[in-house]
Amino acid sequence: MTEVKTMKSERIRRILSYVGGPYMALAVLFLVCACSSDVFLKPDNLLNILRQVSYSGLIALGMTFVIVSGGIDLSVGSLFALCGVCSLLSIRNFTPVQPVAGMSPELCGLLLGGAVCVLTGVIGGLLNGSAVVFGRVPPFIATLGTYSIFRSLALYLADSGTVSTENYTSEPFRPANELLTKIGECEVFGMSLPGLMLIVLTVVLGVLLARTAFGRHVCAVGSSERVARFAGIRTGQVRFLTYVIIGLCVGVSAFLAAGRLGSVSSTNAGLFYELDAIAAVIIGGASMSGGRGTLAGTLAGVLILGILSNILDMWGVAATLQGLVKGLVIIVSVLIQKKG
Amino acid sequence: MTAGETSPVLEIRDLTKSFGPVSVLKGVTFSLGPGVILGLAGENGAGKSTLAKCISSQYRPDSGTIRVNGSCFTVPQEFTLIPTLRVYENIFLGRELSRYGFLKKKAMILRAQALLNKVGCTVPPRKMVSDLNVAEKQKIEIAKAFLDRSKLLILDEPTTVLNRMETETLFQILREFREQGGSVIYISHKLEEVRTICDRIVVLRDGVLVADEASGDLSAEEIARRMVGRNLTRIFPPKRPADPGTDEVLRCENVSSGREVLDVSFSLKKGEILGLAGLAGAGRTELAETICGFRRRSGGRIVLNGTAITRPTPDRMLRAGLSYLPEDRQRTAILPDFTLADNLTLSSLSRYTSWGFIREKRCREAAARYMERFRIRAASPDERLGNLSGGNQQKTVIARGLDSSPSVFIFDEPTRGVDVGARGEIYEFIHALAESGVSCLFISSDLEEIIGCCARVLVMREGRIRGELSGDDVNEERIMFLATGVK
Repeated sequence: MTEVKTMKSERIRRILSYVGGPYMALAVLFLVCACSSDVFLKPDNLLNILRQVSYSGLIALGMTFVIVSGGIDLSVGSLFALCGVCSLLSIRNFTPVQPVAGMSPELCGLLLGGAVCVLTGVIGGLLNGSAVVFGRVPPFIATLGTYSIFRSLALYLADSGTVSTENYTSEPFRPANELLTKIGECEVFGMSLPGLMLIVLTVVLGVLLARTAFGRHVCAVGSSERVARFAGIRTGQVRFLTYVIIGLCVGVSAFLAAGRLGSVSSTNAGLFYELDAIAAVIIGGASMSGGRGTLAGTLAGVLILGILSNILDMWGVAATLQGLVKGLVIIVSVLIQKKG
Repeated sequence: MTAGETSPVLEIRDLTKSFGPVSVLKGVTFSLGPGVILGLAGENGAGKSTLAKCISSQYRPDSGTIRVNGSCFTVPQEFTLIPTLRVYENIFLGRELSRYGFLKKKAMILRAQALLNKVGCTVPPRKMVSDLNVAEKQKIEIAKAFLDRSKLLILDEPTTVLNRMETETLFQILREFREQGGSVIYISHKLEEVRTICDRIVVLRDGVLVADEASGDLSAEEIARRMVGRNLTRIFPPKRPADPGTDEVLRCENVSSGREVLDVSFSLKKGEILGLAGLAGAGRTELAETICGFRRRSGGRIVLNGTAITRPTPDRMLRAGLSYLPEDRQRTAILPDFTLADNLTLSSLSRYTSWGFIREKRCREAAARYMERFRIRAASPDERLGNLSGGNQQKTVIARGLDSSPSVFIFDEPTRGVDVGARGEIYEFIHALAESGVSCLFISSDLEEIIGCCARVLVMREGRIRGELSGDDVNEERIMFLATGVK
């Protein structure tokens, strides 16, 4: 029996060694913030932080899969903009006038927008995955290319401007748009929908990475693609799927963001999201060379970045200097993990 | 070579070197005077390359002394030229001529040209190294030695990459070098070549110097005999019959892959242990990688369990019933950061899932069973595999291969980097496997274990199968003669 116990504790110790660091840092940061500001602990503020980080946070969840498998995806910010633009344009142009299959026109329009948004994300992921797996283009280069392509398509479709729901007040777009905005504003158990989505997806994807054969294969491919191939793992398929997963995350995130803002700017939407997402994954303890990383760690990374930006605002640190602090945190966190 | 006549270029006394529990050199003593080409012969793993690396101080000997008079330069088996730099830049790498921090490009090109002329190389000094063929690259390595004014040149298997003409040119260069008082240590498997070019021959066997004679006094057959010798320290399980059944499990028909595997045909019977012998670079690993689908096949047919495999990939071959134990364990077989249990179940994870979720408990139970069966010594299935010894890692990889219930198991150097105790266990496992009906292809550079384990042996040289031996013909001399091409 003692053997079983030691096995268990060994396992817990191992998991802690992966995730412990980021959560310890999160706790320290949280304490410092709670002590230095009386507004920080107010539920409204905390929920606000959660909402603010959730858009790039959702992308960071997908990024964890890509990075653990030994890849990288630089195109997510551009894809985010493209998803939003496609989604709002399809609501604007294709919302039916009559009810379809018993559903009101606005509901149809909304569902269409959501489907288009997620589908665009998935197609983007398919393209990245194809370039990396079938074209054997290094992930950095492949996604640098699509980074440019997706942004360019978004700019073209939106005439370099902002696709907004507000300019189109005529039937039947208006009710559909209102519904979309409602989704963006909607709260479940007092939590914003994107925040809730972030937590739910962390759990779901966390189970996928840590508990399924696919997740194990992702880690194996990231550790050594050669070993994984010789062990009979379909490494191409595994890497391909990681890009589809991140595409899906981008689609979901873009739809929630479109609902929240009621508009998508083709020039600004998703700008630097790829960097935020990568930073969160790294702060969360994943290895940049692949093979190691957890969704729980990434969530900690996302929250650390969010709380940091929130408290810097409260301390009155100039917005222009916040990037400096963020950059230092990323570098220091990697330094600490190397020592540990 | 009497003392006092000329001061030796190299003097080695009682040199020993071991890696972990494996001792590679056991008290080697010899000296080398100026103007001598010394042949260094021995089987794979006899300690030749280790000795060379000790002389060029890449390794620190455990005990004993090495005295090198003057500088020594090694032309390694794998060249160390940087492909994206030009020829002269490579020659002067790390020794660039400069003034006030600026490179003296013209002077370097002129010197490089002179050195290239000396080694009979017609390549212009400004050419990119990536555009050269292997023979040219080798000459550039030698030119580097001349730049250093080395008195001692070590060549490790220099002719494996050369054709007959290129080999002749190399010999010419070496003879000129000898005329000028330089000494050469020439490491090679090709015994006829060693006899042609060398004045003196030293033979290593299991880290012991077993012969040191003038090359005229040794025939190639004699060298081969000294190389393999007799060593009765290892005990093998009783041999299985050469042809245990008539059921054919694996058949290769004219399989080729690039220039490494040429026109290979053989068949493997149920429950047989078929040996595949040959020297380093003979194409054995390449053949194994072609069969298991890792290398692209350029021709031929592979039939496994009666079905021709048209587009083999490692995962398809695994599911079709073929497991492979790779030669290079660290790079191709283990994930050191994964636990023992995770490594063991990597190929057959679908057996341990329900509704897509991994049942950790089942994995650990299976790992515990294999640990007991294969006597894998580890604290628990949750131990990091990288913390275990080579032998225990190897047993884990074998267990992984077995866990997908193969009908054919290819073992590529199964005892490399494995301590003596675990070796015996691995031989036992392989025999038990064959007993239970699994067909084994046993690849090894260690003749003794091939002879001890296999009733039928294929011998490869330069990508082709050069002969098949069975029964009493499976002996050191026959294999060595086929492997080296000495008639």
